[in-house]
Amino acid sequence: MSISVTGVSRRFGNTTALHPLSLEIAKGEMVGLLGPSGSGKTTLLRIIAGLETPNSGSIHFGDRDVTHVHVRKRRVGFVFQHYALFRHMSVFENVAFGLRARPSSERLSNAEIHDRVHHLLERVRLEALAKRLPAQLSGGQQQRVALARALAVEPEVLLLDEPFGALDAKVRLELRRWLRHLHEEFNFTSVFVTHDQEEALELSDRVVVMSNGRIEQIDTPQTLYRAPANRFVFSFLGETNRFAGEYREGRLHRDQAWIQLDKAGAPTSEVLLRPHELILTTAPDARAHLPVTVDAVSPVGSDVRIELTADWMDTPWLASITHHDFDRLRPERGGAFFVIPARWHQFAPENA
Amino acid sequence: MSTRSARVLPGFSLSLGVTLLFVSLILLLPMTSLIGQLSTLSWSQYWAAITDPRLIASYKVTLLAALAASLFNALFGLLMAWVLARYTFPGKRILDALMDLPFALPTAVAGITLATLYSRNGAVGSLLDPLGIEVAYTWLGIALAMAFTSVPFVVRTVQPVLEDLPAQADEAALTLGASNLYAFRRVILPHIWPAVVTGTGLSFARSLGEFGAVIFIAGNMPYRTEVVSLMMATRLEEYDYAGAAAIASLVMLVSLLLLLAINLWQGRFYRRLHGGRH
Amino acid sequence: MKRIGDGTGTRLGLITLAVILTTLFLVIPLAGIFYQAFAEGLAPFWQNLTSNFTREAIGLTLLIALMTVPVNLIFGIFLAWLVTRFTFPGRRILQTLIDIPFAVSPVVAGLLYLLLYGRTGWLGSILSEQDVQLMFAWPGMVLVTIFVTCPFVARELIPLMQAQGSAEEEAGVTLGASGWMLFRRITLPNIRWALVYGVILTNARAIGEFGAVSVVSGSIRGETINLPLQVELLYQDYNTVGAFTSAALLAALAIVTLMIKALLEWHTHRREKTA
Repeated sequence: MSISVTGVSRRFGNTTALHPLSLEIAKGEMVGLLGPSGSGKTTLLRIIAGLETPNSGSIHFGDRDVTHVHVRKRRVGFVFQHYALFRHMSVFENVAFGLRARPSSERLSNAEIHDRVHHLLERVRLEALAKRLPAQLSGGQQQRVALARALAVEPEVLLLDEPFGALDAKVRLELRRWLRHLHEEFNFTSVFVTHDQEEALELSDRVVVMSNGRIEQIDTPQTLYRAPANRFVFSFLGETNRFAGEYREGRLHRDQAWIQLDKAGAPTSEVLLRPHELILTTAPDARAHLPVTVDAVSPVGSDVRIELTADWMDTPWLASITHHDFDRLRPERGGAFFVIPARWHQFAPENA
Repeated sequence: MSTRSARVLPGFSLSLGVTLLFVSLILLLPMTSLIGQLSTLSWSQYWAAITDPRLIASYKVTLLAALAASLFNALFGLLMAWVLARYTFPGKRILDALMDLPFALPTAVAGITLATLYSRNGAVGSLLDPLGIEVAYTWLGIALAMAFTSVPFVVRTVQPVLEDLPAQADEAALTLGASNLYAFRRVILPHIWPAVVTGTGLSFARSLGEFGAVIFIAGNMPYRTEVVSLMMATRLEEYDYAGAAAIASLVMLVSLLLLLAINLWQGRFYRRLHGGRH
Repeated sequence: MKRIGDGTGTRLGLITLAVILTTLFLVIPLAGIFYQAFAEGLAPFWQNLTSNFTREAIGLTLLIALMTVPVNLIFGIFLAWLVTRFTFPGRRILQTLIDIPFAVSPVVAGLLYLLLYGRTGWLGSILSEQDVQLMFAWPGMVLVTIFVTCPFVARELIPLMQAQGSAEEEAGVTLGASGWMLFRRITLPNIRWALVYGVILTNARAIGEFGAVSVVSGSIRGETINLPLQVELLYQDYNTVGAFTSAALLAALAIVTLMIKALLEWHTHRREKTA
């Protein structure tokens, strides 16, 4: 089922959680709402679910206007941040809750409920734990119960609030993949909230980046990463190094350091660079003159992360280089190098 | 003692000393006198003292009234706890403060007030009389007085538990399509159940022992409206100390067992929910 | 935010029911006390209030409260410190023992003391040889009141001190604080509102205790009649206005107690919110 959000806004007392915003989500799409805390992403999700009422605007599921439909009649699946499992009920009863809660005219027979719950528990690989209480499960298992519970009522819309926020990195990765499979198999429309850009980029068909109650950009992960709409989106999507200086004849200067910019480009006082876009060399060239000192080296993971300092920096920079380059250059703490930017990004100054 | 060196904070010996002295003098010493008094009785005398027919009638009256009072308080307390924990409305603070009135008001004051209001020509009693409802000098009056003095137990044990219940539990039930009644029965009630039982149990224990509020409205008619506390007081007035002690031993045993049962049950319940395996 | 039972109909219905029941069950009796006290006008009320009998009853009531509250305050603090800051064998038993006065009938409390200190009791007979009489005299009334009210301060302090833990005090010890300084500078500021609350509860019960003191008082006019006993005595004498005059005085004290309690709760609640 498609979801249309039209001109929705929300205030809490004097603070505006959401400025009027609109969003179209296609049937079967998986959309991530990404933003820092206080950006309004959770409020938007809760408005779609019917847990909050917007001050203005409307919500449609397909052709149905659900703006004034009570949450219990909206038929959405909602997975809560801390799962909100009913702790006095067994895993089985938690999953069966939504089925048993139906008015008697629509209720399935006990045997049907039993079958459906067991089928779902099989799907989430928790059949053996059906009789356990939530407190006896690990975080990842609880998360899967929460998902199964939300899916039991066969919602056409699945909403997830920070679904993997409380889990450790390894479980998280596994669950993410699993959710993606589930999504493809059941073909519901999913919206999830996250503050983790990696999670948003990996899971979503499209990502909605939010800040201060506004939508900054809506795009596919690839477009978002390659062509961020503004400085906020760029810096929120990954680590950022900043070079600020004075623009003179196509070059940006700061003390004795400089970067050669496009002659055709607009004059700017600031460029931003991703860590993997920095090339570490032993000599400057025509593209830049950026002398740096190595402050720390951490050869963990697929790249080597190097912290760089210099007088001309406001805050230390981070470079990530390949192990191959690392072996060639052998940077050590205190070592002097030059940085050549492979790419840089410049944005119109922000009003905020 | 090897553990003593591990005690970081000062004052162990002092606080242990003060506490033991106090507990011995104020609590334990008087209890030894009860045992002393009981030892003057033979088993058959003891049995006769606690199975006197008039006393047995008072057991029945006390149990029946205390049961009715605590059941009323379970429902009334649940309603008040819910309203105070879940809603905001003008005058809520006054309503909240009023819940403690029965503990702040001396029981004798409650007793004469209820007796006056509910007597046949009292403000409330005169309204109930034409309906054929007699309160004063019946077990109903005893139950009323017991209910009045033990109002705060259920309210004050359930209210904080309700306030602690995360909003997400409500929301989860609602997104799954549950009606108010269904969600209350399946999600909220199980959560507050231990508090309801504890509060009702405490209310029951208190009602069993209630004296000041009850004796005025009860009328104290032998075999009909005498409560156990009154029977003890009567024995004492007759200088039948051994008889009073026999009843007291039974009353204490019942209260302690009740207290123990509440604590054990509560402990087991919480352990189960907080991850203990069984 | 949507919650269970937050529909307008449910909400208003339940609030109305709660207000009606509270009015019937609590407010009408409370109003009835004052109505009865002033039933024959202001003059009889004033006359009863200022009579010698009432003055003596007030005096004894205050004496009992003044002696009970400090004893139980000190005991409550020591007990709470002991069971929340140290582990030792018998700790659980100690905590259960303290709940006994809470669970038993006040008549049983009076009876225990009568059996011990009365003329036939083993301690009472020794004392009476020395011409010391505790029962049917004010010291006995003080003793049973201490018994009945001893759990209140400790019951307020223990959960709070348990929740706060002893990390702050341990930090104080590493900084070289003495025991007294630790208590005065670190513990006391953290527990003071619970302490005030415990004192208020102790005080209210000490003033209003009836069952236990009636057993040990002997009802000697001008000597062992406190306000609650006076209420009973006048009521049995069919002096309704007199009984309700003292009752109104006690009810007024109860209302003051409730107001202080509400203020304290509001205060701590506000502090938690701003913290």
